[in-house]
Amino acid sequence: MNGTIERTANGGKGKRYRLDKPELLAPAGSLEKLKIAVHYGADAVYIGGQKYGLRSNADNFSFEEMREGVEFAARYGAKVFVATNIYAHQEDLEGIEEYLRRLEEVGISAIIAADPIIVETAMRVAPGLEVHLSTQQSTMNWQAVDYWKQEGLPRVVLARETSMEEIREMKERVDIELEVFIHGAMCSSVSGRCVLSNHFTDRDSNRGGCCQSCRWKYDLHEGGVSVMEEGDNPFTMGSKDLCMIKHVPDLIEAGVDSFKIEGRMKSIHYVASVVNAYRQAIDSYMADPQRYELNPAWVEEIGKAANRPLNTGFFYSTPGAEEHIYEAEEKPAPYDFAALVLDYDESTGIATVQQRSPFRPGMEVEFFGPGGRSFKQKLGELTDEQGNPLDAARHPLQAIKLRTDHPVERLDLMRKRIM
Amino acid sequence: MRTELLAAAGSIEQMERYIEAGANAVLIGEARFGMRLPGNIPEDRIAEAIDRAHRAGAKAYVSVNKLFRNSELPALPGYLKRLAEAKADAVVFGDPAVLLNVREAAPELPLHWNAEMTGTNSATSAYWGRRGAVRSVLARELNEEEILDLKGRSGMEIQVQVHGMTNIYHSQRNLLQSYMDHLGREARLVEQGPDRGRFLVEAERPEEKLPVYEDENGTHVMSADDIALLEALPELLNARVDSLYIETLLKPESYNLTAIRIYRQAIEAWERDPEGYECLEEWLDALHGQQPSDRELSFGFLYKEQVY
Ligand code: SF4
Repeated sequence: MNGTIERTANGGKGKRYRLDKPELLAPAGSLEKLKIAVHYGADAVYIGGQKYGLRSNADNFSFEEMREGVEFAARYGAKVFVATNIYAHQEDLEGIEEYLRRLEEVGISAIIAADPIIVETAMRVAPGLEVHLSTQQSTMNWQAVDYWKQEGLPRVVLARETSMEEIREMKERVDIELEVFIHGAMCSSVSGRCVLSNHFTDRDSNRGGCCQSCRWKYDLHEGGVSVMEEGDNPFTMGSKDLCMIKHVPDLIEAGVDSFKIEGRMKSIHYVASVVNAYRQAIDSYMADPQRYELNPAWVEEIGKAANRPLNTGFFYSTPGAEEHIYEAEEKPAPYDFAALVLDYDESTGIATVQQRSPFRPGMEVEFFGPGGRSFKQKLGELTDEQGNPLDAARHPLQAIKLRTDHPVERLDLMRKRIM
Repeated sequence: MRTELLAAAGSIEQMERYIEAGANAVLIGEARFGMRLPGNIPEDRIAEAIDRAHRAGAKAYVSVNKLFRNSELPALPGYLKRLAEAKADAVVFGDPAVLLNVREAAPELPLHWNAEMTGTNSATSAYWGRRGAVRSVLARELNEEEILDLKGRSGMEIQVQVHGMTNIYHSQRNLLQSYMDHLGREARLVEQGPDRGRFLVEAERPEEKLPVYEDENGTHVMSADDIALLEALPELLNARVDSLYIETLLKPESYNLTAIRIYRQAIEAWERDPEGYECLEEWLDALHGQQPSDRELSFGFLYKEQVY
């Protein structure tokens, strides 16, 4: 990590803290999302492989894709971590060694593991892999952190129940990297301590089978009768999403080493927007902590890709009624991802973009790129690659040429206003 | 060696009645250190409880299985020392902080590793064995094949729950209180602790009633059915599963006494004559007879295949 600064905390009294620039760690559910996350400023990304991860989905990385991802990330000085965060059953034990060795071989920097047997096996057979303890272990006190330190781990991902004050104390007492979730959806249970899905659907949540049963609707009965009256919302265990964009200085000053964004299933639009916002906040704070101010544009940026109710989790107090979701959860986001910039010709001012959702001439769109670059414009004429005019960009992944009001860059995104 | 039949008890007197009924080990403690106990035996009475269990011929295990916060750690060394002096037969833990404290403050205390739903394989059990645990408490979401394989490979004592409800969700949030606040109703749920009066019903599953309660450790949701592995006892005993656990939480004492008596009788019958053993109708009738009509008795995950 670079960019160490020193400053005096507690208004000049108290001790001097040495503050390292924290890592911004982003989810990457596919190779394309990995590239976007890194391009928009993530210092590291975490991905899922074909096995041992909690997101079983078709987009998970093959070893080949991992290699390509590692190479791409390296060009930006970024690292790639792999989540191997299941709790293994007997049938999963065979093959762990081989899998971990392959991860090391393709250049993965670290695994994120919960099951101690995966932790221990990795240290034995793949010493080139760092082992980070997953949040699934629900580590929430400094002695538990110290236990993993003594076991030889360089980093612990803390339980989401940990408060800012507790993080500060951990950091003071144990010399280890602390990674903390700062943005995204989260389990309302203690991580790893929920088998609702196992019971309702025979799907094992601790091996990636969770069906979000905590967000379903329940009726609460008391003394044999429902507590619900006409018009009441049903009970749910669903928590609002975490969002710490307004509290970046607190996190840095508490000593958090890695800011983790949740969401391997999220779109590239979401990843780009969220990474973009936190990247700017962190950089701005590190450049001049004394004069740091929250830029409302960062908050807005996050809201453009997703419009979910947000909260600060356990950082400042135990979540209460306001922090849970009882009513319609998610409103549509005001913008939709429309195209990815593939190329820009400075001499003509024409960009080639790849269609991701339909758009047409006359539409109001916004182009944005890393570092908060953005501008709005009305779309003019569209053509296909051969220069044939189009009345609309209808086909997914079709290459479209259009004129932009200002220069754009490869991997900039174009989003369209939908409300 | 007599197979262990273990039950959790909420008071010293109840503990003695459970031992009398056939439990030869009891699990006790208080909510400051242990989670989901049927009642609290406070620190200043825990030595007496351990002593009385011993006099009655049973082992006394103390639950220290919660996930601790920084502010709760300073109480651990004193408590553990007290347990060691009182000759507790084991401390049950899930948080590695407890392991460190036992090493420091009371290295003679045997350790049982219980991380609830995350105790799922033999290699991880053996891992905690290498760190000092003598027993591994298995997740209730394992099937028989997994349990037997795990027992064969872990090289440790294995504890399996054979009866009662299981915890299926634990949150450190006060979800019931939050909901009542959201509805604008008066409620003080945390103070009530384990209470049989509340349950959740999921919209698509009106038949299933999930007991739920709140205490100082957060919100606990329990299974809609009670597991009853009586009919599978021979397989478990053949595999030399070391301890059979009866969960007594949220049940009337009379219910638990019956369950303990029946499992004890079955274990003894099997030990007298494993070949000629038969699961008696009258045992099953007694278990089913006392089962509330809205809670199924089931084999839990014993014969299930899970996907993910
Ligand atoms: S159901 Fe909810 S609390 Fe349980 S594992 Fe899934 S997301 Fe987490």
